[in-house]
Amino acid sequence: MHPILIIVFAPLLAALIAGLGNRMIGNVAAKSVTTGALFLSAGLSWPIFLGFLGGDQNAEVIEVLKWVESGSLNFDWSLRVDALTAVMLVVINSVSALVHLYSWGYMEEDPDQPRFFAYLSLFTFAMLMLVTADNLVQMFFGWEGVGLASYLLIGFWFRKPSAGAAAIKAFVVNRVGDLGFMLGIFGTFLVFQTTSITEILAAAPAMSGSTITFVGMRLYTMDILCILLFIGAMGKSAQLGLHTWLPDAMEGPTPVSALIHAATMVTAGVFMLCRLSPMFETAPTALTIVTIVGAATCFFAATIGTTQWDIKRVIAYSTCSQLGYMFFAAGVGAYGVAMFHLFTHAFFKALLFLGAGSVIHAMHHEQDMRYYGGLRKRIPLTFYAMLAGTLAITGVGVLGVFGFAGFYSKDAILEAAWARGTGVSQFAFWAGAIAALLTSFYSWRLMFLTFWGKPRWALSEHIQHAVHHGHDDPDHANPPKQEDAGHDAHHSVPSPHEDDGTAGYHPHESPVAMLIPLGVLTLGAIFAGFAFKYDFIDGEAFWGGSIYFNENLIHALHVVPLWVKLTATIVMLLGLAGAYFAYIAKPDIPGKFVATFGALHNFVYRKWYFDELYDAIFVKPAFWFGRQFWKLGDIGTIDRFGPNGIAWVVERSAGAAKSIQSGYVYTYALIMLLGLVAAITFVLL
Amino acid sequence: MEGLPILSLMMLVPLAGALACLFVGANLARWVALGATLATFGLGIILWSSYQIGGPQWQFTERADLFAGFSYALGIDGISLLLIMLSVFLMPICILASWDAIKKRVGEYMAAFLFMEVLMIGTFAAQDLFLFYVFFEAGLIPMYLIIGVWGGDNRIYASYKFFLYTLLGSVLMLIAMFWMVAEAGTSDIPTLMQYDFPAEAQTWLWLAFFASFAVKVPMWPLHTWLPDAHVQAPTAGSVILAGVLLKLGGYGFIRFSLPMFPEASADFAWLVFILSMIAVVYTSLVALVQADMKKLIAYSSVAHMAIVTVGLFAFNVQGLEGAVIIMLSHGLVSGALFLCVGVIYDRLHTREIARYGGLAINMPYYALFFLLFTMASIGLPGTSGFVGEFLALAGIYQTSSLVALVATTGIILGAAYMLYLYRRVAFGGQVNEDAAAMRDISAREWVMMAPIAAAVLWMGVYPESFLAPMRADIAVLDARLAATAPASDASLAPGAPREEAANALHHDNAAGEGAH
Repeated sequence: MHPILIIVFAPLLAALIAGLGNRMIGNVAAKSVTTGALFLSAGLSWPIFLGFLGGDQNAEVIEVLKWVESGSLNFDWSLRVDALTAVMLVVINSVSALVHLYSWGYMEEDPDQPRFFAYLSLFTFAMLMLVTADNLVQMFFGWEGVGLASYLLIGFWFRKPSAGAAAIKAFVVNRVGDLGFMLGIFGTFLVFQTTSITEILAAAPAMSGSTITFVGMRLYTMDILCILLFIGAMGKSAQLGLHTWLPDAMEGPTPVSALIHAATMVTAGVFMLCRLSPMFETAPTALTIVTIVGAATCFFAATIGTTQWDIKRVIAYSTCSQLGYMFFAAGVGAYGVAMFHLFTHAFFKALLFLGAGSVIHAMHHEQDMRYYGGLRKRIPLTFYAMLAGTLAITGVGVLGVFGFAGFYSKDAILEAAWARGTGVSQFAFWAGAIAALLTSFYSWRLMFLTFWGKPRWALSEHIQHAVHHGHDDPDHANPPKQEDAGHDAHHSVPSPHEDDGTAGYHPHESPVAMLIPLGVLTLGAIFAGFAFKYDFIDGEAFWGGSIYFNENLIHALHVVPLWVKLTATIVMLLGLAGAYFAYIAKPDIPGKFVATFGALHNFVYRKWYFDELYDAIFVKPAFWFGRQFWKLGDIGTIDRFGPNGIAWVVERSAGAAKSIQSGYVYTYALIMLLGLVAAITFVLL
Repeated sequence: MEGLPILSLMMLVPLAGALACLFVGANLARWVALGATLATFGLGIILWSSYQIGGPQWQFTERADLFAGFSYALGIDGISLLLIMLSVFLMPICILASWDAIKKRVGEYMAAFLFMEVLMIGTFAAQDLFLFYVFFEAGLIPMYLIIGVWGGDNRIYASYKFFLYTLLGSVLMLIAMFWMVAEAGTSDIPTLMQYDFPAEAQTWLWLAFFASFAVKVPMWPLHTWLPDAHVQAPTAGSVILAGVLLKLGGYGFIRFSLPMFPEASADFAWLVFILSMIAVVYTSLVALVQADMKKLIAYSSVAHMAIVTVGLFAFNVQGLEGAVIIMLSHGLVSGALFLCVGVIYDRLHTREIARYGGLAINMPYYALFFLLFTMASIGLPGTSGFVGEFLALAGIYQTSSLVALVATTGIILGAAYMLYLYRRVAFGGQVNEDAAAMRDISAREWVMMAPIAAAVLWMGVYPESFLAPMRADIAVLDARLAATAPASDASLAPGAPREEAANALHHDNAAGEGAH
């Protein structure tokens, strides 16, 4: 049996056992079987990845089962293993295994643990089906499967109305993207008469000059196909316009945010672009759009990240922003670099989320950074893990010596954008550079607010609750409400005079099950960039044709001017200095800034009003039209002039008609019988 | 099995059961009905397993000439086989769903169901035009009775509407049938399917049949009888209505309109597309604002059946096969959703969504089944809903990208109204005390739901079992339609391929010195 079969199907089997067994098999059995399956999958994935690095593993496709055969439209269940898949295998399975382990500690007191672990494993299975897909339809299966798991996990604490709302939002907004994905698959089938990715990629260049009509528009075939598919990628990867679900997805338990909404699922769009990179390279307009959307997202999300108070939302916007980097890297043709950032980001962002989870765990489910402060000494291991993650995401490093993971991947992206040398890529370079400054600012802001300064815990409702009711509160598992950071006006900013600000609360460092994953990911955040930079960026042999490899661009990337190479480091230092100045040296600056630029701050703080806008132009009208169609259309028009109108006419007519109406069943039978008699007579004659 | 008139036998068993039910007590009637439907399902399995894939187009044929041209002629192809299987599979489940819910006139109720099964099998197996007509129209009589006698408070209005719409269509269809028999000189359906009617006659014939089938599907704006009928019907009535009776319209299109009037079908495809596009958007939005569970699912049925009609008139293999798969899938899934409504209706006697909430807490297995069927309804890959929708939409895309775009918005709207329903019923806190006290599904309810769940997943993961029997029949139909099939609006035009990749970079300008 090929190991990939175990890698993919062990998590599914474990999910079924844990999910259906649930209370019958108990917490420990459900957690052991799922976590065990994931460590098994992770253990089997690394040799495959290392095999590709060493050059002694070949790409292959393992057929599993026939799926659909309808005329010329055929696709099967099959598992493709190549270098690109291998990268995703280690990312998904490693992070997933660690998140499973972490959840032993984080979800310790939850009454619904088997369900949680079953969902996590189910998610992993769907994600593995996505990345091993050999045809677009199986990719779509995985795509929707991870969407389902995401929906279930965001809504895991389904008693909270906000969780239910966030779950629906995530699913429906993703469906908007899926509309594009599906139409892209249909169009691809129309043009190439296949959904096999291998065959499509081989045939794409020959179609690059052809044109096609789509909804009345005459377009280059490859451009419209790639744009449609990219709309799917935008949904899943929360790019500008279809990003609104990601911050709300933070309603899910924090391990979910780490696994799904940071390290793996949201990178599916980037994976799709890389998987289809030879196809996208035949579509210049589509790639221009990819670059612009990616660059815009990376800037836009970073601005919002600087203003949020909820620790998870800051990291969520950070994820959105980092995904933008990956997209514009792909847009300018540096697919290996995009995958490199995906790889390093998975480690340091999972680390930041799990670290945030550890902070939240220590702070009794308080997520608002205004009520943190001074935690450095209280939870030192979490602090060091978060510090490593921050150094990695902000890209700390010394050129030519050593850097944390993000140093290599983010620098390479900016260099690639510069080296590509078009107007659009220049735009992406500058957007990326400004976003890097903002990244550094909001990341350090998070660190300073959380770990430095004096404790500001006393005014937190969660902390007060913990102090007054003790730690082992029964509703710990389902925190009754975790309101938007933006809507908690009843919290007042704590005044510095109040005793020591701790309210007598003592945060505890997290249990070992949570600290081990933090430790492993810390190693990843430190070394993942340094160790793999050559293979990901320059490794044409490593990729082995699984992505489009632009040798000239990679060459150009290495010879950009020194100031370009130093840009990322300079803006990183500026952001750090700004955050230090505003949150350590002169803590009154942010307040003054908000007072001076209230409108601007509000615009950014309210997330550029996207939610309000969509509510006004999509959600409310949908319900309004629904009511109008129902009341005025169905009842007011169709029924009124249709059946009811006829009834009215009949009632006004002769009395004889009344008996017809009352005994309609028998009348109907009679009429039918008469009809039959007529038919028979007719035939006989 | 050679020579065994299995189709007649499959009709005889429930017929005998129906007669028996009329004369025995309530409890025995339940067991008789269950026994008869299970026996019929057993015969159905024999039918399916002895159906030869790749064999003759019409199998298990029986023929007895009665008088004049009218004959008792039965026979099935793959499409009929699948729809018969759907009917006989759902029937025992319906009997179980009525087990405790029906308390008055149990014998008559069971007899009505069994009689309806006879007529449904007859409709799908009939090979004579008038025999089809008898089964097709008579099949609705038990349904009127089920709604009118065992229905809700406003049952009279509901069955009146049902009656009125149906009557209009059937009269026109009957007239068209007379004309066809006179013109072709036979009432044999397989012969008529090959007969080339004059193009000008096809127009009115097509419209006459359309009047009947469009009501059954139902297509917008002839759909308003459906929500009322569903709301008033008992649970099992809704299951059969959504599961099988709505498929009569689609079956009619695929058996009559398309093969018999291919030119008119092509000419009127635009009409079908417009009505279907309106239906997808309009009824989905209406479903979004419903406060009654059954109404919501009824409106969602209209939206789903619109994808069927779009697929049928795509004039290609994917569209046709997708349409049949949606019919099967929708039969299972919407049937199962009505069962889900029935399960909680039996406990709380209300269909009002707001009266529930937080059911995932006290009814976890119910919530799991409901989730599976919700996901199948919104076409999650891996469930039956996806396969049909995907094929039908892929089919229509090849004919018209505009129709495909509008029809595909159904996947967004469908997700919105179904998940909104699921959230209000299963998620949230336990706001209603009586809803919070409801117990999880019983053993009987497990037996109803689990087989449907298995079938939904089977059809989603390995649809080949369902595609294979109809492949040859769809190919025949596709070949017949080939001559009149409308051209694709994509008009793909080749052009000289680009010489290099979009991000190609040359060494001379690769030093990174600004734009080129």
